[in-house]
Amino acid sequence: MSPHPSFRRRGLLLGLGATFALGRARLAFAQAPGERRLVVILLRGAMDGLFVVQPYADPGLAALRAPLVLPEPGREGGLLDLGGRFGLHPRFSHLHALFTAGQASLLHAVAGPYRSRSHFEAQDLLESGNPQRLTSGWLNRALQGLPAAQQTGAGMAIGTGVPLLLRGAVPVGSYAPGEVESPAPDLMYRLAGLHQADPKLHQAFAEGMRSRGFTSQTLGAPDQDRERGSFPRLALAAGKLLAEARGPRVAALELGGWDTHVQQAGRLRGPIAALDDGLARLQEGLGEAWARTAVLVVTEFGRTARVNGNAGTDHGTAGVAFLVGGAVAGGRVLADWPGLGTEALLENRDLRPTRDLRSLAKGLLRDHLRLPAAAVARAFPDSPEVPPLGGLVHA
Amino acid sequence: MSVQGQIAAIRFGLGLRLGESPPAEPRAWLLEQLEKPAPGPEGAPIADAMAIRIAFQQARRPRDPVGDRAATQAALIDFMQAEIRAQTERRLTTGQPFRERLVDFWMNHFTVSRRDGNVSLLIGDFERRAIRPHLTGPFEAMVLAVARHPAMLFYLNNTASVGPDSPAGQRIRRGLNENLAREILELHTLSPAGGYTQGDVQELARILTGWSVNNARPPHDFQFRPAAHEPGPKRLLGQRFAEGEAGGEAALRVLARHPATARHLAVKLARHFVADTPPPAAVSALERVLRESDCDLGAASRALVQLPEAWDPPLTKFRTPSDYTLAAGRALGLTGTQGDLVRNGMGQLAQPLWTAPQPNGWPDRAAEWATPEALMRRVDWAYRLAGRFARADLAAVTEAALGPFARAETVAEMRRAGSTRDALTLLLASPEFMHR
Repeated sequence: MSPHPSFRRRGLLLGLGATFALGRARLAFAQAPGERRLVVILLRGAMDGLFVVQPYADPGLAALRAPLVLPEPGREGGLLDLGGRFGLHPRFSHLHALFTAGQASLLHAVAGPYRSRSHFEAQDLLESGNPQRLTSGWLNRALQGLPAAQQTGAGMAIGTGVPLLLRGAVPVGSYAPGEVESPAPDLMYRLAGLHQADPKLHQAFAEGMRSRGFTSQTLGAPDQDRERGSFPRLALAAGKLLAEARGPRVAALELGGWDTHVQQAGRLRGPIAALDDGLARLQEGLGEAWARTAVLVVTEFGRTARVNGNAGTDHGTAGVAFLVGGAVAGGRVLADWPGLGTEALLENRDLRPTRDLRSLAKGLLRDHLRLPAAAVARAFPDSPEVPPLGGLVHA
Repeated sequence: MSVQGQIAAIRFGLGLRLGESPPAEPRAWLLEQLEKPAPGPEGAPIADAMAIRIAFQQARRPRDPVGDRAATQAALIDFMQAEIRAQTERRLTTGQPFRERLVDFWMNHFTVSRRDGNVSLLIGDFERRAIRPHLTGPFEAMVLAVARHPAMLFYLNNTASVGPDSPAGQRIRRGLNENLAREILELHTLSPAGGYTQGDVQELARILTGWSVNNARPPHDFQFRPAAHEPGPKRLLGQRFAEGEAGGEAALRVLARHPATARHLAVKLARHFVADTPPPAAVSALERVLRESDCDLGAASRALVQLPEAWDPPLTKFRTPSDYTLAAGRALGLTGTQGDLVRNGMGQLAQPLWTAPQPNGWPDRAAEWATPEALMRRVDWAYRLAGRFARADLAAVTEAALGPFARAETVAEMRRAGSTRDALTLLLASPEFMHR
């Protein structure tokens, strides 16, 4: 059904026509072969890397955190083996299947360049892609490396908010399963007209209308499912949107629940299940586009190497990152392992970082999104000492 | 003059109620709210909340559960419903909206969240006893009341923190939990700009061992447990603090009066009442008042009223979902069970009451809230709300909602609208109503 003529006229009058035209531009672009998709999942609260990917061959592990050590691979309730030195938490069954199929790499002892143990500062810096906070995120700045006509709508936040990671000069959409009743398009265009006069809101309002028009075509009318906001559901929606020819190329999702100061082993079951199921649903939604997708899963920092006084862990430094997707040259644990001996720990407390998270993200921007060097440098400014990590994805 | 009166109502208050006139003497109206507080709300005492909480947990423990699971759940839900209804009704109808805004501000500064199920029942009491009584007093009194309130002690796990060398630590082999200590330093007092170290975090955690809750006996309130307290003196920020509860109290007083705390509070207050990026002059004026008064919140609140930057230019702050739904509810004159429309709206716009995702509370910057999908949801919500007020007096609602700030374009579009519902939607989803 074509839009009512008066809406189209109004849209043109209000400058919204450009977004419709952009839709077509993306369509043309998306039909080009080799279209790559990048998803970033932010795990908020600091996931304990030593718990989810356990270095079971390291003799220091049990000395530091016996209550958090899971049985070795092959035993009942044991870790899922990752090649002889590391084992994955048993609830990560889908992630493990991807690893076995060569579609997941697990990176250990990684951290950003900051050493803050504040969640909030560290999340900002992780998303800024810089040792000091910036007002835009590295993924938005990366989008600036695309040809100008392809930038708008190339990025989408899944959820009501747009994380700092995706904020910046390039307009970015957001999608969340919504309520049923919305005003008629005519009223929406009147409101868009009123927002034209507001320099701070007009762009977001126009982008919201564009995202809505687009997402309702792809996903159908919103439903009333109580679980609609759950992470696996959002991940499925993200996959479907990314799979669309007109869809975004880059998406960001967030999942909380990782700040486990108390009774960690039990409290991590829920978040781990949500993440693992979410990865499965994301793959399902992407369908054949999965083959051209890389998913980067990161958290703001790791947790203390020692268990704390409450069978939990406190804020630490290095942890793990996951890289999954059909485009990923996976089946590997990438770790320059620092060891868990007392001497090896950072400040006698945390797993010592041996790889900068920025090298991982830079490698994806260069080799997966195929961005030119200048665009990668804009995403991660002033960091020539951290070169992109090669070989993460298939050529 | 009505512009200044409307600013007082919108920026310092919660928006005018339907039929209410803007204050004729805006500054005097605000100062009087500080000087002559209405009696605080009455609510269930903490013993009631704790009794429901304990019964709920006893019915769910893996071994030897006691009581009926469904009944304890129903009691919990009823209690929360009553707390939330009372809170919404108070904010919809209060005659002291500046005070209520300050309550919201400090509740967010000292976030305790329903996302931690252990805490939900205690948040109303937390507001009544830890925040409200200290709105215009010394900040250290609020810091101490917060650090002693069971809601905070549970939320940031201090009830589980045990001195490793204390008798309890030796016996049950449990130890420190840094969570509360870190957030007191980072969020409640100094902020990272205060330059504390990881060592200071651990020392404050040791200092606060034993600050706990009496689960065994009513009224189930704060209890200092000497047996869990780490023995010996500690050093925080280079100062020595004695063993015992008094050492913790002294440490919190030092933190609450610290110059870095004055700076941190000045920036946050200026951001809330002036602009996302507050003008340096406003921050330094507040900082000076705070430093010279050992962080007196009455002095700081009066200084806010006198800040020229808070009055001009108007409407620079993007309303949070809580502010937005409440202002709409007040402009429509909602009351009683209609308050559920506001409460549900807060949830639909992703800011349900007392449910901040993390201990740093809800954001206070437009960049966090004014996202494309969030704006669409505001339109949807305004449209659904407007659908229930098909016979509203449009002129009166516009006067309460925006008064002199209603733009001519908005009024013109409202006149052209085909229905009262559409006109109200245009008003409540207009860009000027998105701001305070």
